[in-house]
Amino acid sequence: MANLKELTHREDRLEGGHRLCAGCGASIAVRQVLLGAGVEPVVVGCATGCLEVSTTIYPYSSWKTPFIHNAFENSAATVSGVEAAFKGLKAAGKIPADKKVKFVAFGGDGGTYDIGLQSLSGAMERGHDMVYVCYDNGAYMNTGIQRSSATPKGAWATTSQVGAAQQGKQQRRKDLTQIMAAHNIPYVAQASISHWKDLTAKAEKAFAVEGPAFLNIFAPCPRGWRIPFDTTVEIAKSAVQTGYWPLYEVEDGVWRQTVKVMNRKPVVEFLKPQGRFKHLFAPGNEALLEEIQTDVDVQWDRLQARFSCS
Amino acid sequence: MPTQKTIAATGNTVVAEAMRQCAPDMMAAYPITPQTTIVEEFAGFVAKGRVHTEYITVESEHSAMSACVGASAAGARVMTATSSQGLALMWEELHIASGMRLPIVMANANRALSAPINIHCDHSDIMGARDTGWITLFAETAQEAYDNTIMAIRIAEHPDVLLPTMSCLDGFITTHSIDRVCIMDDESVAGFVGEYTPQNALLDIENPVTHGSFAGLGGPFFEFKKSQRMAIERSRAVINEVGAEFSELSGRPFGMVETWGMEDADVAVVVIGSTAGNVRHVARRMRESGIKAGVVKIRCFRPFPYAELAEALSGVKAVAVMDRAESFGAEGGPLFLEVRSALYDAAERVPVINYIYGLGGSDVRLELIETVLNDLSEIAVGAQAPTGLVYLGSR
Ligand SMILES: Cc1ncc(C[n+]2csc(CCOP(=O)(O)OP(=O)(O)O)c2C)c(N)n1
Ligand code: SF4
Ligand SMILES: [Mg+2]
Repeated sequence: MANLKELTHREDRLEGGHRLCAGCGASIAVRQVLLGAGVEPVVVGCATGCLEVSTTIYPYSSWKTPFIHNAFENSAATVSGVEAAFKGLKAAGKIPADKKVKFVAFGGDGGTYDIGLQSLSGAMERGHDMVYVCYDNGAYMNTGIQRSSATPKGAWATTSQVGAAQQGKQQRRKDLTQIMAAHNIPYVAQASISHWKDLTAKAEKAFAVEGPAFLNIFAPCPRGWRIPFDTTVEIAKSAVQTGYWPLYEVEDGVWRQTVKVMNRKPVVEFLKPQGRFKHLFAPGNEALLEEIQTDVDVQWDRLQARFSCS
Repeated sequence: MPTQKTIAATGNTVVAEAMRQCAPDMMAAYPITPQTTIVEEFAGFVAKGRVHTEYITVESEHSAMSACVGASAAGARVMTATSSQGLALMWEELHIASGMRLPIVMANANRALSAPINIHCDHSDIMGARDTGWITLFAETAQEAYDNTIMAIRIAEHPDVLLPTMSCLDGFITTHSIDRVCIMDDESVAGFVGEYTPQNALLDIENPVTHGSFAGLGGPFFEFKKSQRMAIERSRAVINEVGAEFSELSGRPFGMVETWGMEDADVAVVVIGSTAGNVRHVARRMRESGIKAGVVKIRCFRPFPYAELAEALSGVKAVAVMDRAESFGAEGGPLFLEVRSALYDAAERVPVINYIYGLGGSDVRLELIETVLNDLSEIAVGAQAPTGLVYLGSR
C-alpha cells in the first residue's frame, strides 16, 4: 500500500477547473480512486450525471486520462466494451501483449443502483478486468435532487416531498454493496471520502485484482443534502461513525470490516445537520426517527455477523 | 361554462396541473431535464394528498413506460412524462404501448439527443419516435401544452382510437419560461375528460384476457398493424371533434393545422412548436414592407394533417419548411418530407425549401427568420431556389 507521501507524489488525473460545486464529494472520490490506480495508464468511462457533465464541457476536459461518456444507463457495459477491445486487439497483435492498461467506470447512485444496475451486473458477471466505482450521493443530483433507490428513508427529495400525506422518501434504501458481493467477484468494497487511507487502499486492491471489482463510495452532495459546502468530509465521517455507512470489503468471499467503529453514535448525529432530514425533527415524526435508528442497528448487526463468520 | 383563471406559470407547471386535473390512477416518474419539473410538481400533489394517483418512482424510462403498459392494460388511466434520452430508452415500449392499443398519455419536453450530450430544445427525440404509433400533439405555448394534455386524454381513450398520445412542448423555451396561461377549474376538466372505462382490462378477473400474445408467421400480425393504421386514421375525426368541443369550452381555437395570414399569402413558412410565434412576428413585420407572408403551424404531427396542410398551402408561390431535427441521409428533415409529400398531389408544383434550425437549442433569432422570408419572396418571383437543405444559423 502506498503511504501518504507516495500518494502526494502521484499525478492527479482529475484536474481542477471543472464545474462541480464547491465541496462536491464526487471529485474527492474520483481523485482518491485514481491515486489508488497507481502509475499505470487508466481508461475512464463515466455515466451521465454531475461528475460527467461538470468535467467534460466541450472543448474542455478535466480528465488527464482517455475518457468516454456514452449514456446514463450503460457506463459498465461501455467500459466492458473498451476492455474487450483491448483484449481483442492484443489477440490480433495490434496492441503489444505486455501492454498494461486499467479500466474504470464511474457512475452516480442513480446511474448505478437504478438505471445502470443491469449493465453493471452483466459486466461484473462476464468477468471483465475492470473496476466499477459508484459515487453515492443518495439522489439524482444532476437533474435536481430526485430520489433514487440509494436515497435514505425519510429524506426529502423533489420526487419524495414532505407534506400532509408523506414525510419524505417512504422506502428504505437498497444495499447495493451486498448485491455486488453476491456476484461473487474478486473484490467488492464500501468506502467513504472521509477515510482517504481506507479508500485509496481499497482502490489499489480493486485495480490490482484480475477480473471485476466494485467500489461503493460515500460521496456527500452539499447542494442536495442541504449542508454547508465545507462540511462534506465531516458529514461523511459521521455516516461512518453512526454506522449508517459501514466501511468493509469482501475479498474472494471473505467479509472484513476495514474501519472499526468503537462507540457507534446515534444516527441522528448524521441526520440532524442535513436540511433534507429537517422535517424528521418536527414533532410527530419521532417514530420515524426511531425506525431509522432501528434499521441502522439491524443492518449493523447483520453485517457484524457476516464479518465474524468469515 | 368553466371558470378560468389566468396565471403566470411555466409550461411544465401547467402540464403537471393538467395531469392532476385529469386524475390519473397511476403515474410513472423518472427525472430528465427539461421534463423533470413536471413529475416534481406532481410529487408535490402526492405529498400534499391532493391526488389519488399511485405515483411510482421507477428506476429508468424503460421501466416507466413498461409500468405504464402494465397499469394501462390493468385498466387504469395512466400518465408519465419524459424527454430526449428518456424517450429514446423507451423506444421498445413505445411500440408495445401502441401495438397493445393502450391509451397512455405522456408529455415530452422536446430536447436534443446525444451525442454530444445537450439538454436544450430540438425535435430529434420526438421525430425519432414518429413511427411508433403514438398520436403526437405539439404545443407552441404553455397554454397549448396545457390544453393539449387535457385533450390528449380524451383522444387517447376514445373507443374509436385507443392509442397512446403524446403532448410535446419545447424544452426550456416552453417548459421553463413563464407565460400567461388560462387554467380551467377542476370540475370542468373532470367533466370534459370524463371517467375512463377500460376495455379488456387485465384486472377484470372474472373475464380473463391475454395481452401481448404471439402473432407469428401465418398469424394475424399484419392485420394487427393494419388495425393500428385504421385507428390512427379514425383519430383524425376524433381529434377534430375533441378539439372543437374543447374550443367551445375554453374559448381557445384548436386545429391540427393552424394558420396565420394564409388567406392571401404568396409565401408561407411551415413550422412546429415554439418557433411559430417568432415566425408570425417576423411575417407580420414583412407584411408591412409588402411581402405577403403566411404561417402554417402544425399542432398535430401524428396523424399528419396532409389534407389540411395542402389546403392551407394552396395558392402560395414558395414554401419554407422549418425542421428542428435532422433525418440524416434523407432529402431533408422529417417535417420537410411530410410537407413535400402532402404537396405532391397539388395542381401547381411550388418550390419547397427545407431549413434546418435550432439544433441543440441554438438560438433562432428574428434575423434568421427574416432571411427565410426574404429568400422565399425572391424565389416566389422567379429566383433560383437553393438545392438541398439550408442550415439556418449554424456556424
Ligand atoms: C436515459 C436517461 N434518463 C435520464 C437522464 C437524465 N439524467 C441525467 S443525469 C441524471 C441523474 C444522475 O444521478 P446520479 O447517477 O445519482 O448522479 P449525480 O448527478 O447524483 O452525481 C439524470 C436523471 C439521462 N441522461 N438519460
Ligand atoms: S449538485 Fe451535488 S453532486 Fe452535483 S456537483 Fe453539486 S455537490 Fe456535486
Ligand atoms: Mg447521485
